[in-house]
Amino acid sequence: MGILKPITEWATSPWGQNVPIHIAWFLIWVAALAGLLFLIVHSIYVRYFAKREEFAGSAPTTLAAVLPKQIPRHSLAARLFHWIMAGAMFTLLVTAFLPKVGVRFDWVTYHWIAGTVLTVSIIFHIIHASFWLDFWAIWPDKADLVDALRRVRRFMGRPAPPPRRFAKYPLENKLYHGAIIATGLSAIGTGVFMLFRVRTIFFTRNPYLFSDMTWGMMYVLHGLAGVGLIGLVMVHVYFAVRPEKLDITKSMIFGSMRREFYLTHYDPQRWRVEASGSPSRSEGD
Amino acid sequence: MAVIRDVMPAFELFQPNSIADAQKLLQQHGADAWIMAGGLDSFDWLKDRIKRPKAVVDLSGIGELKGVRVSGDGIEIGAMTTLTEVVKHPVIREKYSLLAEGAELAASPQIRNQGTIGGNVSQDTRCWYYRGGWPCYRAGGNICYADTPTGRNREHAILHAERCVAVNPSDSAPALIALDAKFVLRTPKGERIVDAEDYFIGPDIDITRLHILKPGDLLTAIRIPSTWAGARFYFEKVRDRNVWDFALLNVASAMHVSGNTIESIRLSVNGAAARPLRLRAVENAVRGKPATTATGEMAGRLAVQGAVPLQFNAYKIPLMRNLVKRAIGGVEEAKWAS
Repeated sequence: MGILKPITEWATSPWGQNVPIHIAWFLIWVAALAGLLFLIVHSIYVRYFAKREEFAGSAPTTLAAVLPKQIPRHSLAARLFHWIMAGAMFTLLVTAFLPKVGVRFDWVTYHWIAGTVLTVSIIFHIIHASFWLDFWAIWPDKADLVDALRRVRRFMGRPAPPPRRFAKYPLENKLYHGAIIATGLSAIGTGVFMLFRVRTIFFTRNPYLFSDMTWGMMYVLHGLAGVGLIGLVMVHVYFAVRPEKLDITKSMIFGSMRREFYLTHYDPQRWRVEASGSPSRSEGD
Repeated sequence: MAVIRDVMPAFELFQPNSIADAQKLLQQHGADAWIMAGGLDSFDWLKDRIKRPKAVVDLSGIGELKGVRVSGDGIEIGAMTTLTEVVKHPVIREKYSLLAEGAELAASPQIRNQGTIGGNVSQDTRCWYYRGGWPCYRAGGNICYADTPTGRNREHAILHAERCVAVNPSDSAPALIALDAKFVLRTPKGERIVDAEDYFIGPDIDITRLHILKPGDLLTAIRIPSTWAGARFYFEKVRDRNVWDFALLNVASAMHVSGNTIESIRLSVNGAAARPLRLRAVENAVRGKPATTATGEMAGRLAVQGAVPLQFNAYKIPLMRNLVKRAIGGVEEAKWAS
């Protein structure tokens, strides 16, 4: 528990145990500042230091003739899930942390309702992605790791061939998705049990479901996941509005991206698009 | 845990003699400052060593905060006016006897001699889990010990509970709400005047406070307009023993009655929630109706709609129903068959 002490608050339970009660709230500011720092450093790097994106080989121009002008990328169901999840996530962050920085309002009801919406949407997403989409498209594969190594070596000025074009999701997307899974599921998993502590329509209140120590650790994990999500959401919004990523952002709104953007950045072998324009199974998620 | 000791923990004591000086001190020390009025709530906390402020600002030397000032449009009561002075003031007794009754039912004569009207409305809750120093929601923790299947919650909330089920203990608060009083605050941004009912907040808004005062804020006076002067008043406090006890529930009403028809009414109860409740739905429902037992019964049923009892306080629901009924329809004397 030693490493947790500086980032948590502790109290003495009625039984004389020293138990954690929640994270130290200064972590809200740490997460927000860390997110902001990343944004500043990245935008300066891209503006002044980054080299032009280079990929192995040239874009397959012959494909342009047979591909539709708009390449389908996200199905309506996937987009609806994304925006419902985004709305729930913003509501959760606002209702969780604004009261901690002095903005007082009746937050608990909004918080657990938004948490319920998020939980249901995540369950939908897991089922949808497992059975209707290409489940493995979002997980890093060997090619991602080889290309990542090539990019790192080139960044450090060491000899390496240019990386290949991306599969449907670049490695950064996949890693971000992994971070969201870790923080999101931690917040949801603990949050579901925390519903036993408040009055909702779901469970009969039972604050003695776990020991004080277990409850305390649950609150700490919920809090750590929550502040982690502050930084992750900041980074996500930042990339969504960056000019060079706008095609990807628009595809999450309209469902498709420009053919030129697709051919420039993506490998048709790794992200296959039907020539007729109808998406293959790996598309539309 | 609460360990009552004779020696309080060390703090810096400030005794300003003007509101301006008090404000400077409060702003200087921010959240580390503790405002002390009569000291009756404060000394409990300090001697139990549960609250450990770095600075205590004792307001007892500020003359501007004391006394009752009568104007053409009502009265202004300094926040440091003692409850005894409020009870004995001739204008209050004559025109605003609702407040005199409420204040007179608070605690004991000795406590009313020392306790102030500002302190009475700003005092903290008496939930013993919280006062015992346990890490409950109100103390910054993550549990309400009273709202558990085995919690001792006979005195706790039946309405508007939101994680914490503690109740507001003030006897003067519902009377002031019924009289449409205004609370005068000095804040770092200047003077702010709020309706009495808006001075109090529940755990849904802030689970660690019973009122809106933030660090640096000071309640300086309570103004009662003449609107309800001489109206038909009703105040009743129910407690376990008839001396020196906090209310299980209390009710205060002010009515303008024409003939026996209720023209206008303000009605408030305390002890049912973390803040004194103004019963607007009941007020709207009885306006224009006769002030009879039948109207009172209807009002009582309406008043407790949405009430959720805890393990040991279900009695509060019929109690509140009957208090509201009596506040509107009057008290029926016991009838003897022989």
